[in-house]
Amino acid sequence: MPITVRIPSPLRKLTGGLGEVQTKADTVGGLIDALETAYPGIKERVCDEHGTVRRFVNIYVNEEDIRFLTSQDTPLKDGDHVSIVPAIAGGCA
Amino acid sequence: MGKILGLKCRECGKAYPAEPLHVCEFCFGPLEVDYDYEAIASRVSRETISQGPKSLWRYIDFLPVEKEATVGIHGGFTPMIRAHRLGQVLGLDNLYLKNDTVNHPTLSFKDRVVAVALTRAKEFGFDTVACASTGNLANSVSAHAAQAGLKCFVFIPSDLESAKVLGNLIYHPTVVAVEGTYDDVNRLCSEIAGEYRWAFVNINIRPYYAEGSKTLAYETAEQLGWRAPDQVVVPIASGSLLTKIWKGLKEFERVGLIHGVRTKVNGAQAAGCSPVATAFAEGRDFIKPVKPKTLAKSLAIGNPADGVYALQTARETQGLIEMVTDDEIVAGIHLLAQTEGVFAETAGGVTIAVLKKLVARGAIPREDVTVAYITGNGLKTQEAVAGSLGEAVYIEPSLEKFQRRFKLK
Repeated sequence: MPITVRIPSPLRKLTGGLGEVQTKADTVGGLIDALETAYPGIKERVCDEHGTVRRFVNIYVNEEDIRFLTSQDTPLKDGDHVSIVPAIAGGCA
Repeated sequence: MGKILGLKCRECGKAYPAEPLHVCEFCFGPLEVDYDYEAIASRVSRETISQGPKSLWRYIDFLPVEKEATVGIHGGFTPMIRAHRLGQVLGLDNLYLKNDTVNHPTLSFKDRVVAVALTRAKEFGFDTVACASTGNLANSVSAHAAQAGLKCFVFIPSDLESAKVLGNLIYHPTVVAVEGTYDDVNRLCSEIAGEYRWAFVNINIRPYYAEGSKTLAYETAEQLGWRAPDQVVVPIASGSLLTKIWKGLKEFERVGLIHGVRTKVNGAQAAGCSPVATAFAEGRDFIKPVKPKTLAKSLAIGNPADGVYALQTARETQGLIEMVTDDEIVAGIHLLAQTEGVFAETAGGVTIAVLKKLVARGAIPREDVTVAYITGNGLKTQEAVAGSLGEAVYIEPSLEKFQRRFKLK
């Protein structure tokens, strides 16, 4: 069973309109590379020039923020659900 | 006027037109207003500002609106209090309080940002305004929308203090109490904002809205006699206020209104919701979101949008970010009321308690000109202190009873 990835609307231009895609990878970092191979251009949107996930992009593995796990080294297994979500720029004080 | 060049992504620098946009479509970073500072500098002077209205609009040349102010024209220009008695208790000779507990019309610093946001929203032609709020913002949006004749939806967490709920309802907006935390409210509102052409002040109007906070810095500089303080202590919820106070001071320096700004910008959080203070303590440059659990509901943002910038600002200015417990917050509210006669809401308690901590640990020297920002009114969060107050003395209406009760004879 592959890994299911939720794609946010601003990135769907790159996935041919798909909101959900499937791929295979061992880690979150590997998953981003696999997405880049399948949908060229996606990595520079999600990662900065050093290849680290941009500050205003959140990635969740099975609903847990990868910053609470081991960031891009977070391991993945078949059947996992990964969501890419732009951080919400709302806020108060 | 031509002072607004457009919007610019704070992260990657991509330029956008000055429209109701808030997120960079390329890197998802926040958009900020890009100004023509040369044009501003050629127009402003201490004299022109001094002759302006006694409101935040005396700084209109630094605010992202095209024409004159149309909403919230009496907001801002709140008292700067020389806090002798509190300073004595804490060990500070030059302590000041910027007292936004008496801001007009809804008694919090949010009246600044909303005045700017709704003036801008009207320029864009919106007829409906909305916000995601921990309370004070909703109060301010509700009141200003009523005065401006705009339709209004405010979204709040369902567990808010009763005065903050009432403080919306009285203005007859649609109040939506969402079962969840502020972060849940915010996420819902981002989705709603994508569906309707509404002016969500802290979503699609955010680049303009957030600029209103800079007026706290401008007033600080002017009221101190055209100089920047040595230290400021600012409460952190989303981190926007702290970031904008620093931006305001730097802008005044940039256009030559003040010189030699070396202010240390200190941040204050509640221990029950301290994602920024924790990141600061651990030396991290990213924020781990938390689930808030604190008395200071106005600061209960677990996933602060400007948290990284608040961190950056504190580090860049050699300030510190500290956190305090709920007990310390309540003690801070009492201390401020007892020494200076100012009744602050919980966020003010956080600020005073952190100020106390910073002085105690030697981070703020006695002689430093220090400004603490008191951003909201205690009458809105009475629940927070209800269990910690003395009681009234009940007597019969007789002089003798009075004298006996107080042993005055």
